[in-house]
Amino acid sequence: MRKAKALLFEMGRSGRRGYSLPDNDVPEKSLDQLLPQKMQRNEPLGMPELSEVEVIRHYTELSTRNFGVDTGFYPLGSCTMKYNPKVNEEVAALPGFAQLHPCQPEETAQGALELYYNMEQCLKELTGMERFTMQPSAGAHGELTGLMVIQAYHRHRGDHHRNKVLVPVTAHGTNPATVTMAGYEVVQVPADERGNVDLEALKEAVDETTSALMLTNPSTLGLFEEEILDMARVVHEAGGLLYYDGANMNAIMGYTRPGDMGFDVVHLNIHKTLSTPHGGGGPGSGPVGVKERLTPYLPVPLVEKKGDQFYFNYDLPESIGKVQSFYGNFGVVVKAYNYLRMMGAEGLKQVSTDAVINSNYLASLLQKHYYIPYDRIRKHEFVVSPKTQAKKGAGAGDIAKALLDRGFHPPTVYFPLIVDEALMTEPNETESKETLDAYARAMEEIAKIIDENAEEIASGPHNTVVGRLDEVRAARNPILRWQKE
Amino acid sequence: MGGKHYLPLTDEDRREMLSAIGVDTIEDLFSDIPREVRLQRELDLPPSLSETEAVKHLSSLAAKNKNLNDNISFMGAGVYDHFIPSVIKHITGRSEFYTSYTPYQAEISQGILQAIFEYQTLICQLTGMDVANASMYDGGTAVAEGAIMGCGATRRSKALVSRSVSPFYRAVLSNYFNSRGLELEEIPLKDGHTDFASLEKMVDESVASVILQTPNFFGLVEEMDGVADVVHKHKAVLVVSADPLSLPLLQSPGDYGADIVVGEGQSLGVPPSFGGPLLGIMAARSRFVRQLPGRIAGETVDSEGNRGYVLTLQTREQHIRREKASSNICSNEALVALAAAVYMASMGPQGMREVSEQCLQKATYAREKLTALDGFESVFPGYNFKEFAVKVPGSPEDLNSKLLKKNIYGGVDITPFYPELENTMLFAVTEKRTREEIDTLVRELEGWK
Repeated sequence: MRKAKALLFEMGRSGRRGYSLPDNDVPEKSLDQLLPQKMQRNEPLGMPELSEVEVIRHYTELSTRNFGVDTGFYPLGSCTMKYNPKVNEEVAALPGFAQLHPCQPEETAQGALELYYNMEQCLKELTGMERFTMQPSAGAHGELTGLMVIQAYHRHRGDHHRNKVLVPVTAHGTNPATVTMAGYEVVQVPADERGNVDLEALKEAVDETTSALMLTNPSTLGLFEEEILDMARVVHEAGGLLYYDGANMNAIMGYTRPGDMGFDVVHLNIHKTLSTPHGGGGPGSGPVGVKERLTPYLPVPLVEKKGDQFYFNYDLPESIGKVQSFYGNFGVVVKAYNYLRMMGAEGLKQVSTDAVINSNYLASLLQKHYYIPYDRIRKHEFVVSPKTQAKKGAGAGDIAKALLDRGFHPPTVYFPLIVDEALMTEPNETESKETLDAYARAMEEIAKIIDENAEEIASGPHNTVVGRLDEVRAARNPILRWQKE
Repeated sequence: MGGKHYLPLTDEDRREMLSAIGVDTIEDLFSDIPREVRLQRELDLPPSLSETEAVKHLSSLAAKNKNLNDNISFMGAGVYDHFIPSVIKHITGRSEFYTSYTPYQAEISQGILQAIFEYQTLICQLTGMDVANASMYDGGTAVAEGAIMGCGATRRSKALVSRSVSPFYRAVLSNYFNSRGLELEEIPLKDGHTDFASLEKMVDESVASVILQTPNFFGLVEEMDGVADVVHKHKAVLVVSADPLSLPLLQSPGDYGADIVVGEGQSLGVPPSFGGPLLGIMAARSRFVRQLPGRIAGETVDSEGNRGYVLTLQTREQHIRREKASSNICSNEALVALAAAVYMASMGPQGMREVSEQCLQKATYAREKLTALDGFESVFPGYNFKEFAVKVPGSPEDLNSKLLKKNIYGGVDITPFYPELENTMLFAVTEKRTREEIDTLVRELEGWK
């Protein structure tokens, strides 16, 4: 039975409470004595009054209306929805990590600084870079930090005319958006027929105004840029730098490193590659690594070691400054560090191996029923293009809804933009062969139903707690908060 | 190998799968990576740990830190030691929430979408704004994005920021502005408050955003009377950074004419975590909705007319608008926003009010007791909320070292951020501090120099 769930604001009763506070034990003064009346709030807070059990039941019911990696297969392309190890949650919640204040003296936070230091050493080796900052709070935040560092580098050299950043057509939307955030102009570079960045077009696009090329490798098509060395040479010869978007790092750990491919700046999405949960949208963490010539521009502070003591180094006169109030999403870094230490070198390489096997295997199964462009070895993800099915009346968006009915989270839909009806599929290494087989059978069944009666798929989903939601109506007539009638 | 149990493929599976793919070896799957860039050795990482060993290693690192549970803390400056109801970790620990991602597929994401919609409503009610987003990274980035929104809305490229705004936020703001080629000017202080006369002089037709914070970095409630009029006279945008836990007590920003309200939401049931993850609050008047960065949940109906929620107004966002998006933000702090919503739902209007009143009462008690000591002086006149600045008779570092021996974290030394203030510390007193703890602090400092 489909039923809307009551909102918090439609529940509870005046006088009910869901909290327990000790009594105020200092001598109380009258409020007006402490705060002039005109500075005081003169409207009600309008919050519901609920008992603790009502709060718990409300959110527990909401949680049952949500799908996570723990619920089932979640092949959301380029988001790396791998299993999130439970032990990571436990260690990050230790009071020795969670109950630290960012302003407490360094000598009282030596364990936290040591963790940051160790993590930096591991990330340097994983990527082939010289130094890392953990300050960026997410992948896009890392992109912005990276471009700021590149900008500072050029400016410091007096190279003020470099105002353009090259972005391939297959790039995540965050790349061009970041370019604008950093005050740059976007130059889009097309792909060639093999799905690589078009090298000839790249040669034409670079000039003395090129600040950098931002690249995700493997790309959002799940394809490794085979001409990466030529691309690096072309950009470097024009005086530009290479920026590596680490969104798809899960495909190549232990096989190759951005630093060895010629990249000058890297961000990692450790909430993807290093297994920390995505939290319904966040928090993430997007550490940025750079080659030696760019280290002076990293955000302050960096973590340094002197003898057996660790400290924050603020003495970086060329630094861009800060990108977050303190030192980044420490709690997320703790989880990722724990994962990294458990996997080790061999484990991380196995992660990428299995991610690539799963991706190529699933593609080989789906190829029997769907068109998959770019027929070559893929890395950790691939893009299905149900063009034929769309012509019959059920496209990528409808297939996604049919997958919901079958207990799967769908792939990323309608992205990358250069593939019609894209279903960007990233199975991850934490899925078993049986799960992939079951998904392939569901996709086969969906294809068969579309052949016979596309409307059945186009009218889905049928088994979810709500039916297909009207996104157009939501955008045309925005209701963005509850209001008392 | 420690993490083997996260990898379900067996050697038998791998063989079968390679054969289905139509390749002979695993190596064939990596043949597209040019030989010259292939790593010709194994990664040089520390040996892998079993779960037991990893927990031991991480616990030993954690044990090297002195945490707030085992010490009495008077540190604030944007991150506070407030009471966190137990229910929060049980809700945010439900893996249907924490192992999901951005709710692109609304029909199986009604839980987090409704929770975000409720969070947006709660933030609007606290701040007096019409719309709120699903979160920013932290207070600093929220301030920067709020200022940039003002530039977008006015098509101007200059902002004024008060020197009483947190230096941590100003550092982020100035970096964002510098990169983007936007201009930033600082409004000077007068007795620890924004100098209103300077503000009045500095704001003109070239100014997009005016950024103030109240309670400001020194814990002082700013005088907001007339500020909005001055800012609006020049068609500029008033951006206010506010501690959400002060708002049950203080006049709401909507009430005194703010256009955009930002802030750090850590005080709403979120552990300090050495400064992250935190929660960036972002709310605005409805006329700025198209400039809002990030995710927004909206109400709609399903095919049968049932109420439901979706991500909406996505044409502002990077995945649709690319270089024309209002921001590049993608991942946010959704789980922290959920924690804040559970906090507000649990505390209710009475609990929220009680917390903020206890902060005010206890901070007042502590300030009066501390500044009655010889050589300890109150630095600024005015009305404090839960923090206050004190000039101490000696070096703040020495003072804190002495306190630390008694398991007390003293105030934050703010002299590095305000060289004009000598030996000045910022003390925060939350509802969690008891009279006995405050008295202990005062006793320890009696006769200190």
